[in-house]
Amino acid sequence: MSEPRIVSVWQGRVPFRVHVKGAGAAVMFLHGPWGLTWGPFLDALAQQFTVYAPEHPGTSPGEPEAIQQVDTLWDLVLCYDELLEALKLDGVMLVGHSFGAMMACEVAALRPARVRRLALLDPIGLWLEEAPVVNWMLLGPAEMAAHVFDKPDGVAARAMFAVPEDPEEGALARTRLTWAMGSTGKFIWPIPDKGLKKRIHRVGAPALLVWGEADRLVPRAYAKEFAGRLHDARIEVVPGAGHAPHLEQPEATARVVAAFLKT
Amino acid sequence: MKVSAFHLMPHRELPPDFERRYPSVWVTPPWGELADARRVGQYYNWTLDELLFAARAGFDGVCTNEHHQNAYGFMPSPNLMGSVLAKQTNGLDVAIVQMGMTLPTTSPPIRVAEEYGMLDCISGGRLVAGLPLGSPMDVNLAYGITPMEHRERYREAFDLVLKAWQAKEIFAWNGKYFQLGQVNLWPRPVQEPHPPVWVPGSGSISTFDFATDHNVCYCFLSYAGARAASTMMDGYWDVVDKKGLERNPYRAGFLQLVAVSETDAQAEIDYGKHVEYFYHKCLHVPPQWFAPPGNQDYRSLLAANRNPVRRAEDPKTLRYKDFVNKGYVIAGSPATVRERLVEEVIKRLHVGNLMLLIQIGSMPHELTLKNTELLAREVLPGLRDIWDDKGWENHWWPKSLRGARQPAGAAR
Repeated sequence: MSEPRIVSVWQGRVPFRVHVKGAGAAVMFLHGPWGLTWGPFLDALAQQFTVYAPEHPGTSPGEPEAIQQVDTLWDLVLCYDELLEALKLDGVMLVGHSFGAMMACEVAALRPARVRRLALLDPIGLWLEEAPVVNWMLLGPAEMAAHVFDKPDGVAARAMFAVPEDPEEGALARTRLTWAMGSTGKFIWPIPDKGLKKRIHRVGAPALLVWGEADRLVPRAYAKEFAGRLHDARIEVVPGAGHAPHLEQPEATARVVAAFLKT
Repeated sequence: MKVSAFHLMPHRELPPDFERRYPSVWVTPPWGELADARRVGQYYNWTLDELLFAARAGFDGVCTNEHHQNAYGFMPSPNLMGSVLAKQTNGLDVAIVQMGMTLPTTSPPIRVAEEYGMLDCISGGRLVAGLPLGSPMDVNLAYGITPMEHRERYREAFDLVLKAWQAKEIFAWNGKYFQLGQVNLWPRPVQEPHPPVWVPGSGSISTFDFATDHNVCYCFLSYAGARAASTMMDGYWDVVDKKGLERNPYRAGFLQLVAVSETDAQAEIDYGKHVEYFYHKCLHVPPQWFAPPGNQDYRSLLAANRNPVRRAEDPKTLRYKDFVNKGYVIAGSPATVRERLVEEVIKRLHVGNLMLLIQIGSMPHELTLKNTELLAREVLPGLRDIWDDKGWENHWWPKSLRGARQPAGAAR
């Protein structure tokens, strides 16, 4: 993979670091609350598409304070709009995970004509009284792994949560993870319902909802809720996965997502 | 030296298996299972009586504080308590130390300036204005403030309150978090240009900078005692030195748990179970709630992750003797307590404004009065003049009260 590109937006104050790989139609991937992991899922997509994976402001190495330039969800949506503009992605397919899936919906609601397809992996952004989304930011490390992953001791869980033995590396890893949750949590605290329900009708693109069968953060009831509010949506459930199917079952998830994006 | 009596207003009768049955003392303890409103009314009245007793017995100040949704200390409005204390102590040389009304959860924050103005008027200029950031459990979990905005919101509210007290003209406040077209505070405080300001903290390096930049009294509120606090307080004094400020001990405050009885042995009999109740039940909070993601700024977060051993000790594994030996609690005979306060706390930490927690956990009313009375009569006289020979002025204390406190019980 070539060096990430730096694309500055927001009067030059937000330097988006964008990983780009592959060839073919443009797909942008928006990561979730724990930062960007480039792994087998994105590699698989990059075999068929040109994948653009920006890092959420504040989560790029050496730029923790960039998040202070983005005050509100409205600011953040416009930052992404400027990013798509700067990358000249007029017709783009969006894939988002969790918080990133909420942002994909927001971006698609802002400028419906720009987004051709929308794949949402365990999205947040709506709220059901009877099935509250668990606030992962209040969980201890062990509980968090057990909530995000079907197998809290599995490879994917360890890749995200294991702390390197070297003290300095360990401190940096813990800081990166916490800061990523804080930088994304800024836009959804304390309840991840910031008005998407009032805007989601604007999304015109066909949508695929991918749900980890054992998602213990965002109950399956939300799959139906999203599907009911989008014009054209269907649901795929991935067995053997929790809240992050693209990390726990990368091949299976890439298969359903790629098939959807190609149709 | 100024010594104030501090009270949390805890639930005094939690069930013995509380910490095993419930996940947290804060945010989630079920009221219906654990509390009774009439009994809680008794707690509030005891609390007021205990603080008034301390004021009359000779303490220099009485402290209340604000917390929400918990059984650890539940004065959601410290100013309701402070108002009673201000009225009832008129005529005594006692400061009303509000530690205090939480800035980031008070909207608009000029409400803090107004209510403190009222307290300063009612007390005739005896208010110490604590301007706390608030704990993450209160501010982020109970009151829904976004962790990453907590500190910035605090700083804006702080500036607004200070300006509202002092501005001679009506002004417009066009802030990021608060917009007010015409700020014109009624009432203004008696003390000019404004009441002394104390900022409580828990060792975050960004608060050291804030306290020194704003020339306020930094108060370290710790339950792990002076030995555990020494690294933190040394860090604070380093910042004071680096900024070229004078090492005036009155620019620091410290909270210490104390339990006095006739002898060291009697102290264990009197206070042992109450101290354990406090550390085992009242501090029963999931550790990650003290720092939800974004609450610590990046620099403090990285610093904390680089020194992860600081709070490795789990108080639930400790017993009364451990708490005393390690200095979490200073307990024993008047002589023992006096000596440890002087050496371990006041001199070691270089502190001029000392706060003593006079009521600990399940400590009942009568025992709290005993503790308070022994402190005032046997301990305080030995602390009073500690910094006097150095000639430091306590700029962070109401001007009219900076002289020596009248003898116990004597009216002004």
